[in-house]
Amino acid sequence: MSTATHKLLKGATGDWEVVIGMEIHAQVTSNSKLFSGASTAFGGEPNTQVSLVDAAMPGMLPVINEECVRQAVRTGLGLNAQINLRSVFDRKNYFYPDLPQGYQISQYKSPVVGEGEVIVDLDGGRSVSIGIERLHLEQDPGKMLHDRSPSLSYIDFNRCGVALMEIVSKPDIRDAEQARAYVTKLRSIMRYLGTCDGDMEKGSLRADVNVSVRKPGGPLGTRCEIKNMNSITFIGQAIEYEARRQIEILEDGGQIEQETRRFDPNKGETRSMRSKEEAHDYRYFPDPDLLPLEFSQEFVDELKAKLPELPDQKKTRFVADLGLSAYDASVLVAERESAVFYETVLDKLGNRARDGKMAANWVINELFGRLNKEGRDITGSPVSAEQLSGIIDLIGEGTISGKIAKDLFEIVWQEGGDPRALVESRGMKQVTDLSAIEKVVDDIIAANPDKAAQVKDKPQSLGWFVGQVMKASGGKANPQSVNDVLKSKLGL
Amino acid sequence: MTDLTSLTLAEARKGLADKTFTSLELTDAHLSAIEAARVLNAFVMETPEQARDMAKAVDEKIAKGDAGPLAGIPLGIKDLFATKGVRTTACSKILGNFVPTYESTITSQLWRDGAVMLGKLNNDEFAMGSANETSCFGPVGNPWRREGSNTTLVPGGSSGGSASAVAALLCMGATATDTGGSIRQPAAFTATVGIKPTYGRCSRWGIVAFASSLDQAGPIARSVRDAAMLLRSMAGHDPKDTTSVDIAVPDYEAAIGKSVKGMKIGIPKEYRLDGMPAEIEKLWSEGAAWLKAAGAELVEVSLPHTKYALPAYYIVAPAEASSNLARYDGVRYGLREQAKNIVELYENTRAEGFGAEVRRRVMIGTYVLSAGYYDAYYLRAQKVRTLIKKDFEDCFARGVDAILTPATPSAAFGIGEKGGADPVEMYLNDIFTVTVNMAGLPGIAVPAGKDAQGLPLGLQLIGRPFEEETLFSLGEVIEQAAGRFTPARWW
Repeated sequence: MSTATHKLLKGATGDWEVVIGMEIHAQVTSNSKLFSGASTAFGGEPNTQVSLVDAAMPGMLPVINEECVRQAVRTGLGLNAQINLRSVFDRKNYFYPDLPQGYQISQYKSPVVGEGEVIVDLDGGRSVSIGIERLHLEQDPGKMLHDRSPSLSYIDFNRCGVALMEIVSKPDIRDAEQARAYVTKLRSIMRYLGTCDGDMEKGSLRADVNVSVRKPGGPLGTRCEIKNMNSITFIGQAIEYEARRQIEILEDGGQIEQETRRFDPNKGETRSMRSKEEAHDYRYFPDPDLLPLEFSQEFVDELKAKLPELPDQKKTRFVADLGLSAYDASVLVAERESAVFYETVLDKLGNRARDGKMAANWVINELFGRLNKEGRDITGSPVSAEQLSGIIDLIGEGTISGKIAKDLFEIVWQEGGDPRALVESRGMKQVTDLSAIEKVVDDIIAANPDKAAQVKDKPQSLGWFVGQVMKASGGKANPQSVNDVLKSKLGL
Repeated sequence: MTDLTSLTLAEARKGLADKTFTSLELTDAHLSAIEAARVLNAFVMETPEQARDMAKAVDEKIAKGDAGPLAGIPLGIKDLFATKGVRTTACSKILGNFVPTYESTITSQLWRDGAVMLGKLNNDEFAMGSANETSCFGPVGNPWRREGSNTTLVPGGSSGGSASAVAALLCMGATATDTGGSIRQPAAFTATVGIKPTYGRCSRWGIVAFASSLDQAGPIARSVRDAAMLLRSMAGHDPKDTTSVDIAVPDYEAAIGKSVKGMKIGIPKEYRLDGMPAEIEKLWSEGAAWLKAAGAELVEVSLPHTKYALPAYYIVAPAEASSNLARYDGVRYGLREQAKNIVELYENTRAEGFGAEVRRRVMIGTYVLSAGYYDAYYLRAQKVRTLIKKDFEDCFARGVDAILTPATPSAAFGIGEKGGADPVEMYLNDIFTVTVNMAGLPGIAVPAGKDAQGLPLGLQLIGRPFEEETLFSLGEVIEQAAGRFTPARWW
C-alpha cells in the first residue's frame, strides 16, 4: 500500500505537523436499548420510549441486550480488530439531568474490541492506514430541551440508554483530509455491516476530535478535544482552524492548554468549553449489577462467517473481476447504496463481461454526475438500475451509439420508460445498413470535392467527414461503418 | 383471636388448611396487634385494606383447594422492597411519597404463593445502619427489654422493623435484606431466625439498592422451619437480575430435622476477639456442644483475613452506595428542593433528603473511588475481598460443611447508646457478619440463649454457596437445644 504523504502547515517558524485522534460515537442499530427492552425508534413523542430501567427507578437493574453485543463484535471484525472474549462494564459517574442513573454504563479498562486497522482512501488513489485503539459499548444519555420554557429545561429520555459504540482511533491521522476520509470510511464500513445507520443529522454518528501540532518528527504537542462534531465537513473545518490556532499560539511563544472545545459552524472557529482543571473525575468502577461480558470464540466465528462483503473486499473484486480501475472501484464501493445500485445494474446486464466496465463508467460519470447536479442521492435516482442496464445493453450490442445513449438517458431521467421500447418508438436505432450510409457518404463527398481531394494528404481531416455523416444521419449511423465506408470511398 | 398471632408460620399453615380459622381472621388478629404496637414504630405504612382484600381472595382459593405454599400467611415487607401502588421509601426523606408502579420480584413471588401483605416495615435509611436509628421515620423499639429496665433498646439494623415486628408477633414473618449483617444482627437482637442466602439466590430486582455486590434479601421468621418456608418462595432465578443464579430452588423445609451426624463444623479461631464478653464465649461453646451432641464433628479452622473484612467492607459498600444513590437527584421522582440552577437543585435536594449516615457513606464512597485514591482503597479492598473468599474456600475444601460463630459481639443496646461520637463503634456490630457478605456465602442467625440481663443472643452458621439446606438442618439443632424465646409484652 502506498503511504500517503500528508499536508504540513506552513508557519512563520517553518512547517508544522498536525496530529489527530478521534473518538467516534456510533449508535448501534438495534430494536431495543443496551440494557432495557425500550424501543430505539427515532422521532417518537418525548418520553414514550422509556422503561423503568432507563428512568433509573429505585431497584431497577440493567440486563445486557445480546444483539448490541453482536453488533459491536461485527463492527470490530469489520475494523480488523482484536475481539475480547471477556470484557467488563464500568460505571462512569457524573451528575447531569439527562443521565438518570447518575452514571453512564460504559467499558473503561476492558473493552469488547481491542486494536484494529482501517485502510482509508484519499484523493488520487492514495491511501493510508489508521490504527484503531479500541471499541467499547456504552449508553447514550437523554436529551435536554432548553427551548420549551424561559425558566425550565425539559428532558426527553427516549434516547436514554440506546447503545453506542465508541470507536477510538490511534493518533495516526495527520490532516483534515485524512480525518474526513477516516470518518467516511468508518461510516461506510458500519453501513455495510448494518451496525450503525451513519445518519449524522439525526446524531447517529458523532465525533470528538483530538488535535495537537508539532514540528515534523518532534515530540507530541498538548492536545485539545473538539467535542460532538456531527458533520464530516465541519470536522475538516474545525481541524484546519484548531491547528492554525495552536500554531499561532506556539509561534507567539505561548503554550497550549489542554482543554475541551466546541466548534461553531457559523463562525468557523473553535471555542473553549472547559479546561483540564474543570474536567470531571468520573470515578470509574466495575458495575456490580452486571457480570463481566463473556462469549466464546465460536460465537465470534459464527458472526464472522456471516459478515457481508465489506467495501475493501468489494473494491478488490471489482478490480480483479471486471477490470475496473482502483479509483472507479473505490468510488463505487464508498457508499453501500451505490455499490448495491451498481451490482444491480451488473446483475441485469445481458453481457456482464463485455459491458461491466462500461456500466461502471455510466454509473460514475452519467448517473452520479447528474445526481450531484440535482443534489439527489442514489436512493432517489429517477433512473433505476434496471433502466440503466437496459441503456448499457443497447450500447453494448450496437443498437445505439454512446452519443444517442446520452439522449436516451436524458429521456429516461425526465420521462421514465423502458429504454428498448423508447429506442424503437422514437427511431433512435443506429443505422448499420451500409447502402444507406454509402448514400449519405456519396452526397457529402459530392458536395465537398475540394476537401475530398485534400484528404489524401491530410488524413486527419477524415474526422471532419465522419462528423458530417453523423450529423446528416442524426447521430444514428454506426460510427465504425461510417469510418469504413468513408475510407474506401476516399481511397485511404 | 389475639392468640392466633403466637402461632408459628408452620402452625398457621396447618390451621388454615384444616379450616380451624381463615386467613381473614389470622390477618385481622395481626392487624390488631400492629395497631396496639405502634409504639414500637416497626411499621412505617400499614395496609389493612389491602391485607383484608388479599386475605379474602386467598380464603376463596383455600376453599377451592387451590392454595399456594404460603396461602393466607400475613407478612410484613421491609420498606426497601418496591410494592406496586404502596409507598416505598427505603425510609429516606429523599424518596418522599414515592409509589412504585412495579412490584419487586421477591414480593411478587410471595403474593404468587398466597402470602398477605400487612404493610411496610421500618429500616435504617437505605439499609445503612446497625440499630435502625437512621430511618427518617424514627427509631424502632426492640420488644425485648433488660430485666427490670424500662429502657427501650434497638432491634438492630438495618432490618430492625422486620425483626421487631416478627419478635413482637405483629406478622408471621418478614422480608429483610442483608448487606453486611442487616438480617442476622437484628435477628440475634430479637430472638428471631434470619437467613441471608447465597449471593444470587434471590433476585434483587425491585429492591432499593445499597451495595449491589453485597445486597441479598432473605426472611426473618419465628423459627428455622418458618424461615425455610419463606425462603423457598423468595428464592429463584430472575432474568431481570443478571447476578441471580439459575439453580433450582430446593424444598428447604425438607432439611429440617435431617440428621447432622458426621457434619464437620468449623470453629474459626480468628473470631475469638480480645475483650469478647464471657457470655458470648459461653454461648458459642454451648452451641458447639449442642452440634457435637447431635453427631457433628468440631474442627478448629483459620480464616486469616477476617480482621481486614470490616475495613474492606466499609470501602466496598460505600463505594457502590455512592454510585447507587446518585439517581436520587430531585429530577424525576421523590423529594425536590427549590433551587436557582441544576447544581443547586442537586445540592439542596440531596442535603435535605439524605440523613447524616447516608451522607457520610456517600462521601466515603466518593472519596475511595476518586482518581488517585481508587488503587489505594477500592482496588485494595477488592483484593482483600478475594482473599476473604479464598479463606472460606480453603476451609470448605478441607471438608468443613459449615462454620459456627457468634452472630453479634453483644446483645441489643439502648437507643442512642452507640455510635454517637464514633461511627466505627456502631460499625463493629457487623464484625462477625460482614465476612459472609464479602464472600457471598449463606449465613443464618439462630437464637441460642440470653445474656445476664435477659436479652437474647444468637449464633451464626455460615455455609457453602447454595447449601442453605445445611444451615437449616444445623440451625434447627440449635433451636431445639436452646428452645424458643418470646419477649414479655410491655407495649
